[in-house]
Amino acid sequence: MMKKSLIYVSLILVLIILPIFFGEYYVNLGSQIMIAAIFAASLNLLVGYGGLTSLGHATYLGLSAYASAWLFSRYGMSHAYTAPIALLFTTLVGAVFGWISLRASGLSFLMLTLALSQIIWGIGYRWVDLTNGDNGISGLTRPMPFGVNLENSNNFYWFCLIVTILCLFFIARVVNSPFGASLKGTRDQDKRMSALGYNVWMIRWVTFVLASFFGAVSGLLYIYLNKYIHPSVISITSSAEALLCVIAGGAGTLAGPILGSILIVLLKNYVSGFVERWNMLLGIIFVFIVIFMPAGMGPGFSQIKKRLFGGKQ
Amino acid sequence: MTLALHVKDLKKSFGGIAVTQNVSLEVAPGERRLIIGPNGAGKTTLFAQITGDLKPDSGSVSIFGKEVIQLPVHARAHMGMSRTYQIITLFKQDTLAHNVVLSLLGIHQRKKDLFNPLLTEDALYDQAIGFLDSVGLKHQAFRNVSEISYGEQRRVEIALALSQKPKLLLLDEPLAGLSQDERVMVSDLINNISREVAIVMIEHDMEMALAFAEKILVLQYGKVIVDGDRDAVVNDPKTQEVYLGH
Repeated sequence: MMKKSLIYVSLILVLIILPIFFGEYYVNLGSQIMIAAIFAASLNLLVGYGGLTSLGHATYLGLSAYASAWLFSRYGMSHAYTAPIALLFTTLVGAVFGWISLRASGLSFLMLTLALSQIIWGIGYRWVDLTNGDNGISGLTRPMPFGVNLENSNNFYWFCLIVTILCLFFIARVVNSPFGASLKGTRDQDKRMSALGYNVWMIRWVTFVLASFFGAVSGLLYIYLNKYIHPSVISITSSAEALLCVIAGGAGTLAGPILGSILIVLLKNYVSGFVERWNMLLGIIFVFIVIFMPAGMGPGFSQIKKRLFGGKQ
Repeated sequence: MTLALHVKDLKKSFGGIAVTQNVSLEVAPGERRLIIGPNGAGKTTLFAQITGDLKPDSGSVSIFGKEVIQLPVHARAHMGMSRTYQIITLFKQDTLAHNVVLSLLGIHQRKKDLFNPLLTEDALYDQAIGFLDSVGLKHQAFRNVSEISYGEQRRVEIALALSQKPKLLLLDEPLAGLSQDERVMVSDLINNISREVAIVMIEHDMEMALAFAEKILVLQYGKVIVDGDRDAVVNDPKTQEVYLGH
């Protein structure tokens, strides 16, 4: 336990000092990874811990980003108001969409999440008066919490780091709590869980709402980082990318979505600069992971470590 | 006297096939009731309607005097009803102790706790180990269910059911697939369950089942053909004809 805490503290310290040694491009890359990690970790609550595969999770990142951008650009509201309103609005939409999607399970659930996200994506593209359509919404700024200027990339990186640590800490607490144990139980044996006295639907719905909330947090960071939003952010591609992060990293593990996000963001931003067909490379890497580390990189690396050094995973 | 379980005129059809036809059943508190019948007689289907997994077309089910037909499965568990399954449904990748903890949490308010960690040092684990001890599996408490034998898994099923301190226990073929030694062990476990618990059991092992039963209900094609005290039912020509094969 002590050793684990020491590793976490060391890792956080390393992450804190990283921007001092790297240029702006890499610092922004770090911020992108953290945003993707929160987004993937929120989806992991559903996919990994709840066994509920969603193909519409980008809705929550996008809605939160759009809500914040829209309130700022249309009404000139300050970030102190846009952020909580965007979070609340997105979480409420998550509550309604969860209520609808959880009428079904398995493949039907997946299709419902996809259908609902396509509605939001359609609104993003076609309701031009509201969303500015294909042009997106630009001309945005970053907030200045406690007078700290987040326009500075290092400051923004540290801001992302604090939010990411808080989100991952809370997600870790949830999955290790009695509620988390119940959630994993519903993933493995839903009928048995009902017979044991658990309201399976309610457990899944609460998880859906939580996942929407954390998705919304990543959406706020996304809009602060890019200061621009385009409907493609809500597309099925974005949802699939998050799912890829979860599966490649290791569904149902805390480290999995982080590892998956590092892989996908680096490939997308960094490798694509050198390799023209980076999507093909992503495909090859994904196939490699599925074959050699079927449970994802997190559990896969643990296995390798166990083989090399022995001891517990 | 309030009945532990009162099933009245239960009917269920799948398409044109009637699987439960006007089934009625009364179980007193603490009673040992056996349900027998050939394969396909509708025994497990009847259990599914009592637990709420399957909604009947008509009829009523009362547990301790309260009508539960409109209640979902999880709400019935909170009324003191617990069950085991014909096909073992445990959390195979978790430890035996964690399985029992999940059972304990099911009727505990702490299941709503989203923030405080559930650690193996928790008092719930101590309770779970106590229940595993009662089925002779304390020494296996921190092994995964997937690593123990089928017979031991059957005993874990019983530990899960008992840990909820039920007043009505439904056992669906608890001896199915067990060796002779395991049958004796599980039979002893069932026979030692407190008299405060009414037990309704489906079982094909007649030697054990008849030793257990005080009353028997015989089902055939979804219909009750005989119902009453053990000896009367066993000696009834209809029972002999459709089930006991004499």
